[in-house]
Amino acid sequence: MTFILEVQGVTKRFGGLTAVDEVSLAVEAGSITGLIGPNGAGKTTLFSLISGFERPSQGHVMFRAEDITALPADRRAVLGIARTFQIVQPFAKLSVAENIAVGAHLRHRSRDEAIRSAREIAKRLGLGPILEKPAASLTVAARKRLELARALATEPVLLLLDEVLAGLNPSEMRDIVPVIRAIRDVGITVIMVEHVMQAVMNLCERVVVLNQGRLIADGKPREVTRDQRVIEAYLGKGAAARLEAAHV
Amino acid sequence: MSAARPYASILAVLALGAVLPLVTSSNILLNGMVVTLIVALAGYGWNLLGGYGGQFSFGHAAFFGTGAYACALLQQHYGLNAWVAFGAAVALGAAVGGGIGYLSFRSGLRGSYFALVTLAFAEVFRIVVNASPFFNGAAGVLLKLDTRPGNLQFASRASYCELAVVLVGIALVATRAVERSRFGAYLVAVRENENSARALGVDTFKVKLKAISLSAALTAAAGAFYVQYFLLINPELGFGTSVSIQALLAPIIGGLGTVFGPLVGAIALHELGEFAQGLLGGLPGADMALFGLSLILVIAFARGGVLSLVQALRWRVPGKPIEARP
Repeated sequence: MTFILEVQGVTKRFGGLTAVDEVSLAVEAGSITGLIGPNGAGKTTLFSLISGFERPSQGHVMFRAEDITALPADRRAVLGIARTFQIVQPFAKLSVAENIAVGAHLRHRSRDEAIRSAREIAKRLGLGPILEKPAASLTVAARKRLELARALATEPVLLLLDEVLAGLNPSEMRDIVPVIRAIRDVGITVIMVEHVMQAVMNLCERVVVLNQGRLIADGKPREVTRDQRVIEAYLGKGAAARLEAAHV
Repeated sequence: MSAARPYASILAVLALGAVLPLVTSSNILLNGMVVTLIVALAGYGWNLLGGYGGQFSFGHAAFFGTGAYACALLQQHYGLNAWVAFGAAVALGAAVGGGIGYLSFRSGLRGSYFALVTLAFAEVFRIVVNASPFFNGAAGVLLKLDTRPGNLQFASRASYCELAVVLVGIALVATRAVERSRFGAYLVAVRENENSARALGVDTFKVKLKAISLSAALTAAAGAFYVQYFLLINPELGFGTSVSIQALLAPIIGGLGTVFGPLVGAIALHELGEFAQGLLGGLPGADMALFGLSLILVIAFARGGVLSLVQALRWRVPGKPIEARP
């Protein structure tokens, strides 16, 4: 079994707060892993540690069996780790095509080639008709797609999606689920932070649950959602027992 | 799309600029043109870093003065040929830019903090040069009059004009080339959102460092040319705050982060200055007051500068619908 990403005993403290607490996690190449947990569980911080926007206080991050703990975010992107941001951060004054081209430039030096590659990716993600619109004028759904397109343009091996479904209406969600599946199908490993459980159950082969910085469950979606600790993390102490009682 | 097309408008403007000194013999006009082009050139330096890279420097005088003093002193103290001194001054300007950039970007300075640090650097340079006998203190450096082309001094103002047109032409072409390159795309990405840029693999520190070096080189060229034209440089003329202000006003008034912005802005500033002189009759500081007023107007009503106003007008011409870009 080959692990593309190994997080080894990673801890991140912000002052007195331990946002991520000795989390270890290994991700297989070509898989889709869901990362869930209540608000403030440390999901986004863990993403930042994997993508290089934060350095761990302890522990190591290995990518393709190479220790990348000390590498800054841009070097990790060169190695093939791309991320989207929970709060989308487009280059507001640039057009959709120009936004994506910045990502495409990572693998294409020439401007024309980067733009061509950007257009292709935009079409694949349904952004074709609005290629020349400024990013600032896009709807939330289109911005989410743009965020995804930009990350894909860097031709990543590992893609970290931070709540790409948040803020979308049900039909927009239905539209984007197959897009994510298609990304996995071309061989890109995906880890996604997501609150929309239906999508997580639908897409992910494996779900990892964080609560208060600690990894509390790891397994197939169905197993995890029945896990007593997971239910209690979301609904409070004793909730699992009460639910059990209510069902009986 | 052919490779030459993006440069067609630049060539047209340069051709116009090159013809102008041939058809006029008015010294006032030619002098005005040289001064305007010097401001434009300094503005092109500022525009690369500030307009495209979003790093607002308040101390481009540091580079202008470096260029001017280096060019003058290399000739006076070390007997270097003027052209060689000019080249060395540009290189030294780039190095000073790289040094200031390294220190401020390494410490993560942005926005007003970056502006203040660059202002402080320029002021320190001015004070040091003012106090140091090596730079001849407050009196400044006078270049010996020796009008030979080989000495980068010309008997006719028209020749200075032509050289200034060539220098601004280089700045125009460099700006367009940056716009169409990966470096340019990264630079704009840094301006728009540094975090996103990093996530997409942009080494933002390196990009900013490259931008400030290139920016400083252009502004240093303006300083070196200045000293070849006026044959005099002193701490106030080289490192004074008004130099920094003119370098940033030209692109902001003309059109921030555009190829023609600094040129248009420099022309507008020059005309405005002349107008102030005429109106208020040599009242000291009148031009600066008017510059300040125009800056306020641009920021309040035309964020994109004069060029954006022109564009807005063009779109209102009836019968000409706004075309979607291909």
